[in-house]
Amino acid sequence: MDKTTEELLGIVSDWSGKFNGAYNIRSNGQCAGRQSSENILIENKEGAPGLVIKIKPGTKGETVYIPACVTKGGIDDLVYNDFYVGEGADVIIVAGCGVHTDDGHDVRHNGIHRFILDKGSKVLYKEKHIGTGAGGGAKRIDPVTEIIQGEDSYLEMDTIQIGGVDRTFRKTSGTLGKGAKLVIKERILTDKEQRAETDFAVELNGEGSAADIVSRSVARGNSYQEYHSKISGNAKCKGHSECDAILADNGKVNAAPELFAGDLDAELIHEAAIGKIAGEQIIKLRTLGLTEEEAEKKIIDGFLRG
Amino acid sequence: MLEIKDLCWSLETGEEILKDVSLKVPDGKLTVVTGPNGGGKTSLAKLIAGLEKPQKGSICLDGEDITGWDITERAQSGIAYAFQQPVRFKGLNVRDLLELAAKRKLNEGEICELLGRVGLCANEYIDRVVDASLSGGEAKRIEIATVLAKTDSKVIVFDEPEAGIDLWSFSSLIEAFEKLKSDGNRSLLIISHQERILEISDYIAVIAAGRVSKFGTREEILGGLMNEEKAVRCPLGKDKEGNPNG
Repeated sequence: MDKTTEELLGIVSDWSGKFNGAYNIRSNGQCAGRQSSENILIENKEGAPGLVIKIKPGTKGETVYIPACVTKGGIDDLVYNDFYVGEGADVIIVAGCGVHTDDGHDVRHNGIHRFILDKGSKVLYKEKHIGTGAGGGAKRIDPVTEIIQGEDSYLEMDTIQIGGVDRTFRKTSGTLGKGAKLVIKERILTDKEQRAETDFAVELNGEGSAADIVSRSVARGNSYQEYHSKISGNAKCKGHSECDAILADNGKVNAAPELFAGDLDAELIHEAAIGKIAGEQIIKLRTLGLTEEEAEKKIIDGFLRG
Repeated sequence: MLEIKDLCWSLETGEEILKDVSLKVPDGKLTVVTGPNGGGKTSLAKLIAGLEKPQKGSICLDGEDITGWDITERAQSGIAYAFQQPVRFKGLNVRDLLELAAKRKLNEGEICELLGRVGLCANEYIDRVVDASLSGGEAKRIEIATVLAKTDSKVIVFDEPEAGIDLWSFSSLIEAFEKLKSDGNRSLLIISHQERILEISDYIAVIAAGRVSKFGTREEILGGLMNEEKAVRCPLGKDKEGNPNG
């Protein structure tokens, strides 16, 4: 692995020279290291670039890391990773991604992740994205996440784009069975001429299923963000989505939430708020001794931390 | 010492709110500014903290003219300000605010002590986000704890600290003020109508119709008002509509 890859791994997946447990490191489209554990098996996917990750039923307290980095301009990396989470398992999956270019060529990572959760399983899925490098080429990350949740399963997706990504299209879909629960926390920071599009589509098909989607974003510079979510309540279920955006400079945000109730007992709520930082928040922090710039940074950092 | 001299402040509409207000806030003492609603008390507090700029007059701290200083400069020079309506933040939690005020990391014991002084249990609040999920009383107590955490302050201005606080917490608040007062190293300026706060004051200034109508020790002011207005339940005057305060 080159130095840039190691630095990016540290940012997106808490890499500190090694991972404990199962992992697969993808660097510039190649496998740069892999290890399975007794309970988590990582294999190549047949017929397409990527992995099949099988987590045994009942696996508890393990973390599997599958970070990917692209550090050379001109690479367009496409990968398909399928996760099969066995009944009753309770694991953490870390799948950060960093893209870097120092030349004029575009760089892109397109990770298509599919999660199939068996009955009663529980997953915390952490995804951190960043773009770095002084090159003029566009830095792109286009993640696709497909989630299929069995009875009483739980998935929490914690996804954050720290910055430096010029273009991103983030597509997430979920299909939930009886009693399943999906929680998504998305945070996106864009600046300069960057553009970010997010699309969530969740089908609440099982009785007692629930989804909670919270998206927080900050659009600075001349950046533009587009948010679309659709929660479909097709059974007795609960769905909540929340889109909060802070605008700074000439940032623009278009939020289009959508709810579909296909069952009389579906309870669906959407909340949305877009605006600049409230002046009183800055004043409050200034009365504690912070400058206006320090106050703005603290407010944005806190907002994105969630 | 905080010294306010001939301070005038008007709204953009031209309505005069403060008219030649002069006031000396004695060092290490608790001074309560009271008076009818609409009399200009909160405006005075905002002018001291730098949230508003006067059209005329001066504000001096320890002999230095700070009238032209902005909010940050005043805070850094030792003026702390507790808002009447606490500000909510999506994302910042109680620990964040206390540490920003203290300008350093605080351990759990220190946070517990600060929150305990305003009647909050630290375990329940230390990681609570200071957003709309807090009740008005909770937010108010956290606001006051934040000001208490700012240990470099020379003058602390509390704008109606009793507003939105239940009786039990109010007792904790009185204890916190008494402790601050007994420490004697900071001047306290409290905007309040509350009798119990008046009772623990060293000095009282009465502001009515934009002017300081009375200033003196607690005994002088409360005793004088009792004599003057025995027939009125609350001795502190009437608001714009002629209703007695209390």
